Amino acid sequence: MWRITSLLLLAALFLLPALGALGQSAEGVRARLTYEDPESGTRTPAVGVAFTVTDLSGAAVGEGVTDIEGNVEIPVPGAGEYLLVIDVLTLPEGIGLLDEARGTAQVSVLQGRVGSAIFALTTGGETDVQRRVTVRRVSQLTVEGLKLGLFLGMAAIGLSLIFGTTGLVNFAHSEMIVFGMLVAYFFNFYGFAGVFGFMEGWPAPFGAGINLIPAALIAVLAGGMFGWALDRYLFGPLRRRGVSLIAAMVVTIGLSIFVRYIFLFLFGGSPRFFRDYTAQSGMQIGIIDITPKDLATAIISIAVLVAVGLFLGNTKLGKAMRAVSDNRDLAESSGIDVQRVISRVWVAGGALAALGGVFIGLSEQVSWNIGFRILLLIFAAVVLGGLGTAYGALVGALVVGVGIQVSTIYLPTELKNVGALVLLILVLVIRPQGILGRAERVG
Amino acid sequence: MLAAIDWSFIFEQSLNEALDINAVVYALAAIGLNVHFGYAGLLNFGQVGFVAMGAYGMGLSITLWNLNPFLAVLVGMIFATIFALILGVPTLRLRADYLAIVTIAAAEIVRLMARSTALRNVTRGAEGLNEFIGPFRALSPFDPSQSYGFGPWQWRGAQFFAIVVGWVVVALMLLLVWQLMRSPWGRVVKAIREDEDAARALGKNAYWYKLQALILGGIIGGFAGMVQALGNATVQPDFFVAPLTFFFWLVLILGGVGRVWSPVVGAMIYWTLITFIQNLGRQLVTNDLIPTSIMDTSQVDQIKFWIVGLSLALLMVFRPQGIFGSREEMALDAR
Repeated sequence: MWRITSLLLLAALFLLPALGALGQSAEGVRARLTYEDPESGTRTPAVGVAFTVTDLSGAAVGEGVTDIEGNVEIPVPGAGEYLLVIDVLTLPEGIGLLDEARGTAQVSVLQGRVGSAIFALTTGGETDVQRRVTVRRVSQLTVEGLKLGLFLGMAAIGLSLIFGTTGLVNFAHSEMIVFGMLVAYFFNFYGFAGVFGFMEGWPAPFGAGINLIPAALIAVLAGGMFGWALDRYLFGPLRRRGVSLIAAMVVTIGLSIFVRYIFLFLFGGSPRFFRDYTAQSGMQIGIIDITPKDLATAIISIAVLVAVGLFLGNTKLGKAMRAVSDNRDLAESSGIDVQRVISRVWVAGGALAALGGVFIGLSEQVSWNIGFRILLLIFAAVVLGGLGTAYGALVGALVVGVGIQVSTIYLPTELKNVGALVLLILVLVIRPQGILGRAERVG
Repeated sequence: MLAAIDWSFIFEQSLNEALDINAVVYALAAIGLNVHFGYAGLLNFGQVGFVAMGAYGMGLSITLWNLNPFLAVLVGMIFATIFALILGVPTLRLRADYLAIVTIAAAEIVRLMARSTALRNVTRGAEGLNEFIGPFRALSPFDPSQSYGFGPWQWRGAQFFAIVVGWVVVALMLLLVWQLMRSPWGRVVKAIREDEDAARALGKNAYWYKLQALILGGIIGGFAGMVQALGNATVQPDFFVAPLTFFFWLVLILGGVGRVWSPVVGAMIYWTLITFIQNLGRQLVTNDLIPTSIMDTSQVDQIKFWIVGLSLALLMVFRPQGIFGSREEMALDAR
């Protein structure tokens, strides 16, 4: 009996590669879509782009969507000539075909082979589809801007509260955002084994990846702990030593550079994507086209931000946070434990930044150096809203988010962040206290 | 085990870097930063923007307008001045941290604009400017095919020319800063750093003095960009990334804030140490003394950033006055 089983096993071992080869030998059409990310300068796969294959008469024979590496492979019924048609509306935002006329490629498929086609993408020039100003396009961009604004807002509130309570502009906030993103990524793919190698092979969540939702929860917890630890072991002792705010600001920069390059060391340079919910096709709500993940993250962000607002307005700790932010000495003399409040602010700031990071990673990409770009946008948001005001930071973030996306109607996509930064400088000229800040001398 | 390491090569390289073009660029940028932070107490987190403006100003004068080399340097200075005005006019009335935020953002604007495809016809996008060096090389008295210098400090003629010009500019700037800071102007600037209200009460226009200091330090930073362009014969937007500003900060703090000489000392120490560590690291990896599973050669170059970040933070906490500075000369309590 055992003999027969092992013989069968042996046969299977030899047969498997042959079967695999059989599987590969079916005819198909393949394309790989990448573009140069204007921010990082790296080749980035275009994910979730839809393709249709037709025969020469135009009758559809198959369809497919690019995976997280930008590859798409669509089986065809047999050898012959086929047309591979790209659906330009599913291209990532700001990406277009280099040549508008080349949206269809003719592919010759030989017996048992996969024919491939080439589509050149560009980020620079706007395409005809993008240049048209329509109600649909403006509202689409507004929704995307609101989404970005919500994500920015979560991180901005933390930055603003930390500034309000301690007077410190935390340049390392960008790394708190990326920390959340990377923790979620590691748990999504590797579980605890991503950090503790010896756990490899254990069941999930220890040795294997878990779904993104629990991974995001872990990231938020870890982000809160990161914030707490930064205050407990770094900025708290610095305050007690009497290190001035300017010196502490330079410390946050040093910390930011150090941590950022630790991230690069651990994570590698090329941007990646979460394992779940990455390639989704949009659904139509009215005239807006939105993917389910974007809708879900936007709703969660609104819920979180409302909760933060209620917390700041109604709970004892929230009121204490605003009191310390408003006037530290007065708060201390009325019996508020300022150090404890500051510690909680760091925890909240770290957790919110981590959640924002997960959402940004889900809607764009997971990368080690995305934080600095986000940080500059957050600065624009908090200065616009009034440095140190929590609600102002949120309003500023929404304005910046919508402004950035809607500006792409007139500005090239690669310059959309520049618009926000120019806005930052203009606000300082016209109304340095920001939208919601009180008119007082800030200099 | 350690015999496989070529120590003489490492030492030679490290000593060479102490005088090489990089040290000149960092020294000049840090001298500018010293005027900003050390003397005037201005928190400039975007010095790399001034460096970029200087480099592009000079480069574009040749590639775009075909000016003569001396006018090109002047244009570089004007570019840096304009940048200082754009930054300074809105923010110098505000608290110090506003200037910090605006400068770091503005420096990034410069880089993004320079590499954008929208301005490709002007700045040549990510490739940068490469065709401006001819008129400068024509001024060189050194034979490009010959080596100049002695010991570990030997360079080909073209490179040697850039290095000599660079150190001459450094010397001139040191002289300028030294004389200015002894002058009545320098005393007002330092007084504003110590107590702006008191200086204002004495009838000094603090805003105007701070703007002048921002322009002066910015132009010196612009020279750093021009020397970089001269030495590397190229101006590339991605050279001017935001972290570079904080390399200049480290150089400044290493030497000692508010001392005339300190940026030069800081730049020499920085480049000697970093080159030593990087070359040693590379040799350890290529000789398998550090297994590639831990680190490969491309990752060795990242160590630099760890060291810079960590030492910037640690110096600021434990020895903010640097090696030669004095604690009283530091504007750490600026509002």
